[in-house]
Amino acid sequence: MEARDAIGASRATGAGIRPPRSLQAPSGRYGERAVEGLLALCAVLSIVTTTAIVISLLEPSIEFFREVPIRDFLFGTDWAPTFTPAEFGVLPIVLATMVTTFWGLLVAIPLGIGAAIYLSEYASPRVRKIVKPTLEVLAGVPTVAIGFFALFFLRPLLEDLLPFLPWSGPQAAGVAGLAVGLMIVPIIASLSEDAMSAVPMGLREAGYGLGATRMRVATRIVFPAALSGIVASIVLATSRAVGETMIVLLAAGASPNLTVGFTESVQTMTAFIGQTATGDIATGTITYYTIFAVGLLLFLMTLILNMISIRLVRRFHEAYE
Amino acid sequence: MAALGPRAERTRLAAAGARSATEAAMLSGQPLKDVIKGRVFLALLLAALGLALLGLAALVIDAVIDGRSMLSLDLLTNSASRISPETAGYANAIYGTILLIAGVLVMTVPIGVGSAIYLEEYADRTKWWNRAIELNVQNLAAVPSIVYGILGLAFIVRGPLDLGFILFAGSITLSLLVLPTVIIAAREAIRAVPPSIREGSFALGATRLQTVRRQILPAAIPGIATGVILAVSRAAGETAPLLLVGAATFVTFDPTVFGDNGYTALPVMIFNNAKQAQPEFHVLAAAGIVVMLVVILVMNSFAIWLRNRYEQKW
Amino acid sequence: MQKRYDNKGDRVRSSRWLMVTAFAAVLAFGVAACGSDDSSGGSDLSGTIRIDGSSTVAPLSEAAAELFQEEEPGVKVTVGTSGTGGGFEKFCAGETDISDASRPIEQDEIEACKSNGITFEEVQVANDALSVVVNPDNPVVCMTVEQISQIWDKGSTVDSWGDVKGLEADVGDETMALYGPGTDSGTFDYFTEAINGEEGVTRSNYNNIGEDDNGVINGVAGDQWALGYVPYSYVEESAGQVKPLQIENPESGECVAPTVETVQDASYAPLGRGLFVYPSGEALQKQEVLDFLTFYIAENDVITEAATFVPMTEAQKEESQKKVDSLVEG
Repeated sequence: MEARDAIGASRATGAGIRPPRSLQAPSGRYGERAVEGLLALCAVLSIVTTTAIVISLLEPSIEFFREVPIRDFLFGTDWAPTFTPAEFGVLPIVLATMVTTFWGLLVAIPLGIGAAIYLSEYASPRVRKIVKPTLEVLAGVPTVAIGFFALFFLRPLLEDLLPFLPWSGPQAAGVAGLAVGLMIVPIIASLSEDAMSAVPMGLREAGYGLGATRMRVATRIVFPAALSGIVASIVLATSRAVGETMIVLLAAGASPNLTVGFTESVQTMTAFIGQTATGDIATGTITYYTIFAVGLLLFLMTLILNMISIRLVRRFHEAYE
Repeated sequence: MAALGPRAERTRLAAAGARSATEAAMLSGQPLKDVIKGRVFLALLLAALGLALLGLAALVIDAVIDGRSMLSLDLLTNSASRISPETAGYANAIYGTILLIAGVLVMTVPIGVGSAIYLEEYADRTKWWNRAIELNVQNLAAVPSIVYGILGLAFIVRGPLDLGFILFAGSITLSLLVLPTVIIAAREAIRAVPPSIREGSFALGATRLQTVRRQILPAAIPGIATGVILAVSRAAGETAPLLLVGAATFVTFDPTVFGDNGYTALPVMIFNNAKQAQPEFHVLAAAGIVVMLVVILVMNSFAIWLRNRYEQKW
Repeated sequence: MQKRYDNKGDRVRSSRWLMVTAFAAVLAFGVAACGSDDSSGGSDLSGTIRIDGSSTVAPLSEAAAELFQEEEPGVKVTVGTSGTGGGFEKFCAGETDISDASRPIEQDEIEACKSNGITFEEVQVANDALSVVVNPDNPVVCMTVEQISQIWDKGSTVDSWGDVKGLEADVGDETMALYGPGTDSGTFDYFTEAINGEEGVTRSNYNNIGEDDNGVINGVAGDQWALGYVPYSYVEESAGQVKPLQIENPESGECVAPTVETVQDASYAPLGRGLFVYPSGEALQKQEVLDFLTFYIAENDVITEAATFVPMTEAQKEESQKKVDSLVEG
């Protein structure tokens, strides 16, 4: 009881799981300081990267918003920046991004966590040593390959399996979402499996010693203990799914329809950026600046998503020592 | 969850002994309800794993079937060809990908692990700037790859770094793309090392650096290796950012890291081939996917071996 | 090598040898990678030619590059596909020698080139026939520009074949599925201008297949009542999966099918177009670039056949060579 109160108290003060008094030996070695500085520099590089991204996105976006009012951009429902006359309502492509990410996570989270629990709690070390790297090969398949796979294999397969859906045309949001899900399964599976493997054996043994079944140990002891790592893997996978370009470009298409249908062709934000940036649009035109505006919007959306998720992770982080 | 070593075996026996004592004293064997639940649960887990592996198998088999007429060792030695796709190969693209990934490894591993160590071991999490870095790294993982391409074009190829359209610029762009993955995975790995290890090390008089070097890092290597595998795999399979920072789609000579003659990468060539009108190129693209999988497997194998060696159970 | 023990009391082999080997491997690789490759001293010419731009024109440039490098192994030619816009941006910044373009250079780009002192010429390298394709089982053979515009114009309400007025074949009232290439492509620009009168004017409810023009072929081949538009090479290479429609020439009133001859004599109108490259004056000061372009024009027949495009007429070849020569002198 007391330990839990102490942990709760330390969590409340936001001090994390570190003990209140530093046990570190006081060091007069300046090498230590130098190394700490070097490491801090590494971490700061991420700030530099973000700053660079924001700078490269911001200036053309400002040019864009000089011509296109923000309200039209954020709340318009017609996305046709290359047509004459051009329409810049971003809702169709935002919705498309959310729909494909949703289907992706729907596939990846159960498959990934299921695979992770199996590999960590049930599989013998030999099986684990073979299956885990095999799953990771999936992470290395080029996204263009997965895109074509979705287009030429998954789509006909799903039409055969689910003929009652209104299929029309070779590109479908749901199929692209499933393909994205398949791609991110290794992220969730491998990182969750690492997190679960790192839970000390003592916890499991205590559970078994008290007569718990393997399923109970896996779901009630190991899974909560590894939750921080599992949630981190899911957040990483979500980020990856949102930012995926090639698969959705090939398998979901380039028609910016405002729809949530599984079988409809849609264009996600990343597909739009990917296609237009490598297309034939002249640089320096409003149509071209649209890329940066959409990129900035995506950046801000994921920023908010991540802020929420970090709060969530902090609440769920369990200290067991 | 099999145990290793004599000490762990003793523990397992102790746990088994405690369990049978508990069962004898309190439970009359496992209730049927639990047995059924356990079986169903295991079946679900196997289904999950099976589906994932099935997806991978379908992908590989599909590629092999589509590309089988061109699968031969010539793919590894011949250069690209527009005139005669039957004798085309991916030699220069494979070399380009290998060089790109070598660059990515050299840059992401030190910087990624360094950032993770700083964030987990040194940074005071109550300070807002450290929390900002944490949020920042997580957000960078969601930036689409094409935006990194735009970043690379503006700041690395041109702009302050002004490297030009060289392979190294492509490496840097890809490194920035996958760095967040390495950092996040490394952080989780370091976080998973039990605090008792750290405290014990400090109690014995070690400095923080010594603790990190001797205790934390070796324990975290498996998790870091996983992060590196995922990151490198992604970097190897990216097309869009490379196109923007100057990777060509047609190169018939071997590239160099700093030379400005031009370079290409496997996924870029595969994509280009798949888009062509002539059906021979589609077959070539499928064969290229098979080549890519082999290259990925070989590239990951070192990290996998490393991970297996440093595996340990607490 | 000290013997070390892990925290469970088991022996661990030192990883020092591992580190040394890894380091040596990286070093060796680095030397090999950074070493300058020797350019063959055998042939006269050496140098690098950088080409970038449209992915439609790229197959032509690639074929030219490959054949040229067979004759002049000392020259390295690379072809990129950043898109026509991306290609011009690099071209006007002086970063590429030749820009592939599936549309003419635009005013903003002309000004960018001027401000950087880049001179250029528009050199034709091939012809293309934009084809309107239907399924081979579709009875329609010929359509007029008005009918196509009826289908594709902005605000079009054509949903089924019965809505199209004046078709010579009996098509009943089947639903029409439409397929078109990416709206950021030169193909899109040319088609909308030729058919609807202004670039970018088009209906919005159709299947936009995006990057890969094969998608139009696949879509139309798979649906008896589908219609789409693609460049000529995709139709040729589709091996009968789709049927190109004959277009009624607006002037002569005759139905003309897209073939090499009809494109070359301009009777396939208005969907016949030229494909261009833009070399820069600076690049042409290099002997290898000049030779390459001369080769590109002279070997036009072989190159266009390899990339499945329509070759230039003799008159067009002469015109192109003249432009190259004028840029070298000017």
